[in-house]
Amino acid sequence: MHNPQLNDHGELTHLLSTDGLPREILTQILDIASSFLEVSDRDVKKVPLLRGKSVFNLFFENSTRTRTTFEIAAKRLSADVINLDVGRSSTAKGETLLDTIDNLVAMHADMFVVRHGSSGAPYLIVDHLHRIGRTDVHVVNAGDGRHAHPTQGLLDMYTIRHYKKDFANLTVAIVGDILHSRVARSDIHALTTLGVGEVRAVGPQTLLPTALEKMGVRVCHDLQDGLKGCDVVIMLRLQNERMNGTLLPSAREYFSCYGLTPKTLALAKPDAIVMHPGPMNRGVEIDSEVADGPQAVILPQVTFGIAVRMAVMSILAGN
Amino acid sequence: MPLTSLPDAEAQCAALAELIRPQLHPDSMLVGIHSGGVWVARRLAQLLGLPEQIGLIDVSFYRDDFGEKGLHPQVKPTSIPFDVEGRPLILVDDVLYTGRTTRAAINELFDYGRPASIRLAVLADRGERELPIYAEFCTWQVELGKKEELVLEPNTTGRLQWRQAEHA
Repeated sequence: MHNPQLNDHGELTHLLSTDGLPREILTQILDIASSFLEVSDRDVKKVPLLRGKSVFNLFFENSTRTRTTFEIAAKRLSADVINLDVGRSSTAKGETLLDTIDNLVAMHADMFVVRHGSSGAPYLIVDHLHRIGRTDVHVVNAGDGRHAHPTQGLLDMYTIRHYKKDFANLTVAIVGDILHSRVARSDIHALTTLGVGEVRAVGPQTLLPTALEKMGVRVCHDLQDGLKGCDVVIMLRLQNERMNGTLLPSAREYFSCYGLTPKTLALAKPDAIVMHPGPMNRGVEIDSEVADGPQAVILPQVTFGIAVRMAVMSILAGN
Repeated sequence: MPLTSLPDAEAQCAALAELIRPQLHPDSMLVGIHSGGVWVARRLAQLLGLPEQIGLIDVSFYRDDFGEKGLHPQVKPTSIPFDVEGRPLILVDDVLYTGRTTRAAINELFDYGRPASIRLAVLADRGERELPIYAEFCTWQVELGKKEELVLEPNTTGRLQWRQAEHA
């Protein structure tokens, strides 16, 4: 099957999803990211790899952390970064997505970092670039609908490898609203490709997609069961808008059943790490004592995220 | 023309150390370029009684052929465990050829500060420079064809040795 992320030589030229990425490419990204980590510690936090290249941040959906870390990553590679407030400009005036892309290509864009509320929007852009013969322009998916958020998935893999070294014997629990989470999907695909021992999806029935088992995941509706003996706990954000529907009775009840507290975390291995893609809702999915505790690696995730995004952008730009 | 015999790389390291010794400053630090240069720099540090902590540099992020070749898949982290500002540095590589790797390494070092000086030490100089770069310390001038390559590598006992290879 044609994989739109790879060029004719099987090299990564767009990053759209962790699904379908071979293990060697995942490992290559993590290895290169570890070399970029050091750049952010220097006096001059810059390398000249993407000097003269223009990276366009196209965020059709709000985001502070992801957009900022992409911007920092591109700037540390010496690229010129242009942030478009697409939500308020041309799109609001009725321009189609592909017309926006054509205009930016006419401005000599080299790379698009795209976040879009619709699943598949970055694929549409890649397909269009292919059709107009602009295979020199690269696309990074920074989150599309409920589908994928591959750089978050990769930075989660980087974090796990940093603390746990080897994926093979790990048990990883992903806890929370997996149904609406593109992070969970990207994590699950990457974890299974990297050969993690066991992946568990933990959450109430209403927040778990059907057929999760087909992705090689063990489903747990009980937090205690789900956390028992885990090496890694990935907490997902409970989006406030989910509270208004019929999926959950209340934030308080959710916290009492699925919130990560020192007491529930004690069921995991003593050296288990706690991750969260942010932004956190303290007292909804995670207790402050855990979020600020010694097992939390939530802030290192942010730092690693910059190095991972530098690695992704420099690999794409070189292929 | 393949070389009929290759010199002893360990003996060359010892000779290189003797070339450097008279010019060594008390603050001097060695910086090896991955991967051959790092092995040579480690030898030189022992031979010259310099601190074990040497600088390690991977120039992949500074190469001038990134646009053509893309990123090298095996990038190693650069690590400069001392303050570069005002320090005399000796940049170490196994083979000097076009001078492009040296150029990239010098640029990278300047992102850590302004050294007092950078001198270049290499085991082999195969000529054919494309940039105005010169190795002040060098033990072997060698002529090779365009397709021929000199590779320094440790053998099973850890001794450094030369191997001659041909690339497409």
